[in-house]
Amino acid sequence: MNFPILSSLILLPFIGSLFIFFIRATEKNYTAKYVALFITTANLILSLYLWVIFDKNISAFQFIEEKNWLLGIINYKVGIDGISILFVLLTTFITPICIISVNSTIKYRIKDFLIAILLMESLMIGVFCSLDLVIFYLFFEGGLIPMFLIIGIWGGDRRVYSAFKFFLYTLLGSVLMLVAIISIYWITGTTDVEQLYEIGIAENYQNLLWLAFFSSFAVKTPMWPVHTWLPDAHVEAPTAGSVLLAAILLKMAGYGFIRFSIGLFPLASAYFAPLVFVLSIIAIIYTSLVALMQDDMKKLIAYSSVAHMGFVTLGIFTMTQQGIEGSIFQMISHGLISAALFLCVGVLYERKHTRLINNYGGIVSIMPRYSVVFMIFTLGAVGLPGTTGFIGEFLILIGAFKKNFLVAILASIGVILSAAYMLWLYRRVIFGEITNINLKGMLDLKRSESIILYSIAILTLLFGFYPDPLFKTISFSVSNFIENYNQNLAISIVSK
Amino acid sequence: MINLELVFSEIFLSLSIMALLLIGVYKKNSTNMIYNLSVVSLLIMLILNLNLFNSKDVTLFGNGYKIDFMSSFMKFLITISGIFVMLSSSKYLKVTKIFKIEYPILLLSSILGMLIMISSNDLIVFYMGLELQSLALYVLASFDRNNKLSSESGLKYFVLSALSSGLLLYGCSLIYGFAGSTNFDEISANIDQVQYGLTLGIVFILVGLAFKISAVPFHMWAPDVYEGSPTSVTIFFAILPKIAALTVLIRFLYVPFINLIEQWQVIIIFLSIASMIFGAVAAIGQKNLKRLMAYSSISHMGFALAGLSVGSNEGIQSSITYVSIYLFMNLAFFSCLFMLRKEEKYFENIDDLSGLSKNHPMLSLSLLIVLFSLAGIPPLAGFFAKFYIFLAVIEKEMYFLAIIGLLSTVVAAFYYLRIIKTIYFDDAKHKYDLNHNLGLKLSLTFSTIIILIYFIYPSYLLEIVSKITIL
Repeated sequence: MNFPILSSLILLPFIGSLFIFFIRATEKNYTAKYVALFITTANLILSLYLWVIFDKNISAFQFIEEKNWLLGIINYKVGIDGISILFVLLTTFITPICIISVNSTIKYRIKDFLIAILLMESLMIGVFCSLDLVIFYLFFEGGLIPMFLIIGIWGGDRRVYSAFKFFLYTLLGSVLMLVAIISIYWITGTTDVEQLYEIGIAENYQNLLWLAFFSSFAVKTPMWPVHTWLPDAHVEAPTAGSVLLAAILLKMAGYGFIRFSIGLFPLASAYFAPLVFVLSIIAIIYTSLVALMQDDMKKLIAYSSVAHMGFVTLGIFTMTQQGIEGSIFQMISHGLISAALFLCVGVLYERKHTRLINNYGGIVSIMPRYSVVFMIFTLGAVGLPGTTGFIGEFLILIGAFKKNFLVAILASIGVILSAAYMLWLYRRVIFGEITNINLKGMLDLKRSESIILYSIAILTLLFGFYPDPLFKTISFSVSNFIENYNQNLAISIVSK
Repeated sequence: MINLELVFSEIFLSLSIMALLLIGVYKKNSTNMIYNLSVVSLLIMLILNLNLFNSKDVTLFGNGYKIDFMSSFMKFLITISGIFVMLSSSKYLKVTKIFKIEYPILLLSSILGMLIMISSNDLIVFYMGLELQSLALYVLASFDRNNKLSSESGLKYFVLSALSSGLLLYGCSLIYGFAGSTNFDEISANIDQVQYGLTLGIVFILVGLAFKISAVPFHMWAPDVYEGSPTSVTIFFAILPKIAALTVLIRFLYVPFINLIEQWQVIIIFLSIASMIFGAVAAIGQKNLKRLMAYSSISHMGFALAGLSVGSNEGIQSSITYVSIYLFMNLAFFSCLFMLRKEEKYFENIDDLSGLSKNHPMLSLSLLIVLFSLAGIPPLAGFFAKFYIFLAVIEKEMYFLAIIGLLSTVVAAFYYLRIIKTIYFDDAKHKYDLNHNLGLKLSLTFSTIIILIYFIYPSYLLEIVSKITIL
């Protein structure tokens, strides 16, 4: 394969954003919207093609491109394996959905918004493809700029506060990672991930470096106690922004944990795993309880995201085949379901301009189709068998039971709590008497809304019943990954 | 036999200064012509300078004057920023009615002083260059003499600068006394052990130089002078003297006193950390953009000093790379400031930027790029500047310095973000004039594009800079 398919995936949205930049702004911005939609759809098709030609039976990195970039110190290197390809697919799938949702949710400066979304897509695909730490950092941090603007320009009333909080929290976490990356360069002489996997990093450095990476990923995941930026950012961001944030940006950290924290520092990961377990369990139980008490729908879903990401970190650090596969699956599933839930809230908000749960009730009689899709996603978030949510949580719990009984029991409580807050939310919004007279006359799903919600619902159910294609893609890479991890541990024990 | 062709650019500049002065005195209403001729003479100098890049290291005038790759590169930076400063500020001078013949001539003499500083290989030559530069700057700072703030800033700068020059001279005499020479190479040869007199001399000279690059705790003049001076002088202050002083600092620390690195390294680290933190924290409360930029440049100089404190060629190179990128960021920022003109009046408060993006999308976009770059967010050029610094710092395992530096960038990010917030999130307030002259547009576009596309091929600058080897 000589065609640089990954670079094309990264560059295509970027070129599209340049295109839109030069389109003259009009009242409705049809041209800009169609260009954006076209570009992102083309990217989706390209990534699906990538999935087809991707060799699922080897665990090594594929489609590697390498170019001299910075004086031989740092190369531009991209490549994917079974772990990263799913995240690329998720990104290319979610972005067109964001673009379609722009139609009804963004009222001003549409052109700029589309540019920001496309730039985000470029950067996010870059994060999942990069095989060099510095390149990864570049993409990882570069995403801050468009996201800051998305929250700040198109957000709600407290958008400035939220945008600042989002930006500064993430930046503060990440600068330590930069120190760690440079240190790795001087310790090993390379920042190439593939080479680093081979060489390994000396044991005495691992703990500090792990903590530096952890500080960045923990903020981004977000883990308790640095999760507070997330509810703010979600509540204030426009619908498309929330979708991007929940579906993809949070996954960067989960992906980073697998690829870098465990991949590069296996010994430190084993050492710090109990810490991650404790933080994850607190996140699962505490934020679930907080979610129960929310009266703002978006905030409730934001807290539920924290809880779900708690499951993800828990699964990753069990270092078992089931745990890590479950975590990846849970991330994909959460990417779909939380995106859909935010879109559902967006549908209501766009009609009545309120997100308070109390203002709704009895919607089922006005918007039946809406109620059905909302039901699917609620059940998905709860983890009902037959949806993607179930498989992820189930595997993570199996992994956890293998590792530590108590942790698994506590995590299971989180499952029950998630059922409580999601179903309660559903009951209060959808069922019951119509107390608010304003609600009457609300229209059911528009065409663009139904397209995006149905397509996500179909995927949720499809992969819920038949998750095999996804597992086939990841299983080789994950098992190889765990083998490497165990080998590293064994070597260190022998050498002691 | 002195090889005069190596100092052609200095000779040419001195001659053109004198010629321009004569024209100005004998020809009425010649300001415009003189201004344009000064730009032309800088351009010619730039071309003359390009020849130097291939020459070998040579010392002239009794070993007092050194031509090497570093001096050529820094002269190139000085000249190019001089050209852009003059191009961008001509309209400002006309509007604020300080468009006089003395202005370009003073600017050129200051640049001449800097060129001498950059090439100096002797304490006396260095001091001459420094004074030539500073004397011109005193006058420039107070050039808008009808403005109280401008006169005040000129006076303030003069008094404090004279004090620091005094300290510097005292340091020179101490070093002469203990090392027996004022020539850098000879000092280096004469030093065989640590003598407290020498250390004291180094400290005095460092104080003087720290004053010139406004490193904490010798920064007190900077905010007032930046705010009070005409903006066209502020942009000059923010860029050129820093480049020159930094070069001297490199040469001074790394040629004669490299053996005493244990003596001065701690001082530089302290200056660096103090500048980074203070610059970041103090800028938060500022309302005036020029004042804010003063604090921002203090903190940026802290980063450049961090590179210097390392004590390796990589450290020097990273510092030089830093100022090269810093130059373009400041150029772009102040060019934006020159665009905030309405009804023959310039605006310079953060509030005046409010909602700028609604009426001036392109200007806001360049400000956005510049500010994120100043904050050091990838993939803009400012990030790479910091990246090189930390690459050099961490190589020597100075983790403390690196972590403090990076944390201070987070604090600094806050006030840059606040400006972006004002531009993009707030309601529109002013609608500024759009008819800008070509030079201003050129300097803004050029510098913004450099900042923006630097990441595509970052090796280019690094390849050039890596030829600078002092040790």
